[in-house]
Amino acid sequence: MSFKPKSRIKEFLGEKIIAITAFSALLAIILIFAFIFKESLPIFYDAEIQEEASLNKMTFKQEYIEGRDPKWSWQPNSDIPKYSLLPLFIGTLKAALVAMLFAIPLGVGAAIYSAEFASRRMREMIKPVIELLAGIPSVVLGFFALIVLATFLQDFFNFTYRLNAVNAGIALGIAVIPIIFTMAEDAMTSVPQSLRDAALALGASPWQVSLTVVLPTALPGIAAGIVLGFGRAIGETMIVLMASGNAAIISGSITDSIRTISATIAAELAEVVFGSAHYNVIFFLGTILFIFTFIVNMGGELVLRRLKERFQGKII
Amino acid sequence: MKSSIADYTSPTYFDTELKFKTKARGVIPKGITLAAVLVIVLILSIILGNIVLNGIGVISLDFLTQPPQNGMEEGGIFPAIFGTVMLVLLMTIAVIPIGVLTAIYLHEYTRPDSFVTRIIRLAINNLAGVPSIVFGLFGLGFFIGFIGNGIDVLFSEPGRPAWGQPAIIWASLTLSILTLPVVIVSTEEALRTIPRELKEASYALGATKLQTIWKIIVPQALPGILTGGILAISRGAGEVAPIMFTGAAYYLPYLPSKLNDQFMELGYHIFVMATQAPDVEKTKPILYGTVLVLLVLTFLLNFLAIYIRSKMRMRVRND
Repeated sequence: MSFKPKSRIKEFLGEKIIAITAFSALLAIILIFAFIFKESLPIFYDAEIQEEASLNKMTFKQEYIEGRDPKWSWQPNSDIPKYSLLPLFIGTLKAALVAMLFAIPLGVGAAIYSAEFASRRMREMIKPVIELLAGIPSVVLGFFALIVLATFLQDFFNFTYRLNAVNAGIALGIAVIPIIFTMAEDAMTSVPQSLRDAALALGASPWQVSLTVVLPTALPGIAAGIVLGFGRAIGETMIVLMASGNAAIISGSITDSIRTISATIAAELAEVVFGSAHYNVIFFLGTILFIFTFIVNMGGELVLRRLKERFQGKII
Repeated sequence: MKSSIADYTSPTYFDTELKFKTKARGVIPKGITLAAVLVIVLILSIILGNIVLNGIGVISLDFLTQPPQNGMEEGGIFPAIFGTVMLVLLMTIAVIPIGVLTAIYLHEYTRPDSFVTRIIRLAINNLAGVPSIVFGLFGLGFFIGFIGNGIDVLFSEPGRPAWGQPAIIWASLTLSILTLPVVIVSTEEALRTIPRELKEASYALGATKLQTIWKIIVPQALPGILTGGILAISRGAGEVAPIMFTGAAYYLPYLPSKLNDQFMELGYHIFVMATQAPDVEKTKPILYGTVLVLLVLTFLLNFLAIYIRSKMRMRVRND
């Protein structure tokens, strides 16, 4: 029958091929980091590159023209190239903060309703809405923010700049809602029934059980969802590239235009000279984004695993 | 502020009056959270309504089958549709085998708590969280700079690079890494639904592990693999950041016919028309039409995936 010696070799080879292929995700992560970091390395050792863009120059105030006040500035294409990362960091944070302010109440609120108050039929109706929202490509959200939302917000609030952190942040928030909703709802529906039953038996009404027992228990999971949503908001590109105005300004106002890290990469990589300081700095920005999202993902993962273990009674 | 369950169980708490108040107060959290749901529904309706109402008038057979004309102010979007289809097709060919084999390895060959499984899972989860623009940088540095240039150095005539430049093959390979987690997760879900008895029956008949995988497990997991492929296509078709530097072009007078050709793509076309057109008002109708086409494409794919998945789940319940 099938126990020919040949099939044993086949078996062996088959298993090895499957095993090797399985490591491709790991290989991909390693290669991504290696190849992006490699292109930003000259910043750390090449004296010629460091003339323009050293860690020191990217971090601290620089006196670009003698006699003038030192300042932070991102102007890679001016006569004196300036590579301060601070304006980009501030822009990225502003957009992400607006996004979170917009997405957390809506995402968590809707998740509480879906997991705790909604009838079964209602829940079946909420799910596709969130799936549709998650399915909108980010370039479409960027387009919507650029053409429709920006005009609406400017007419309504009289913003000085049509494209600004509020506009980009709201569009980002729409992209983040599905992540927060899904994680928060998951966390709440996986709270053990025994906890609910115990609270009900002690005389709490159903909504009190939801808010005083289920919500606090699920809080780590909800927090993990918020953290992952924040990571997405920091890394999202097309929305901010199209809807934020792309001006690298240092200011505390969220109604000013902003330039984020991701949008800077997208906007400047196409025209950059291979191997120049500018090229290396752009890959350095990519490295920062990669490391940041890596840490955020690991953190979220850890919280979720601990929560799961707690629900299974391994940790109390 | 009542903070523990004990507060709610004190004797006075069961006064009828209090009980009524408690019930009435329950309306508040329910109302607030319902409002959040309604706002989300409203946002979705506004976005979809705006795009459908403004875009539907533009859609015609000519729009879908003609190339852009007059600086994208007239004509259709056929090259962008063609490029998108080719892009995701190549991506699917690359990502499905790798994703399916990875899922099979994780589910059939290793224990769920082993070190290998955990480290691969960690990589998959992290891969899913890497920002799409970072994939673009990676595609440029690795596929074009390393692999493409490498091929040129070995095989191409000096001074005439053929592979070390943006091309559809590099864009689709970049996307295939981005969508790898989607395929793995979806396939794994399907593998979990396969009854153990099927595998045991196969072994009992003398089949080897590889034969069981090939003849029993993969066919059974086909709906899940299909779902994963469709979701990957839907995701890939909407991504712009990874293909901006790896192969997408503003405008091309010809369709891509070789693996190292550049291509036009729907999402990138939207980005270009919305941000680079000299007169946005004039390109607006076509812009809306393109957005509608991309949206319909991704939604149809998503619905198809959800439908197949729900069928698959029903199968499990019926068993």
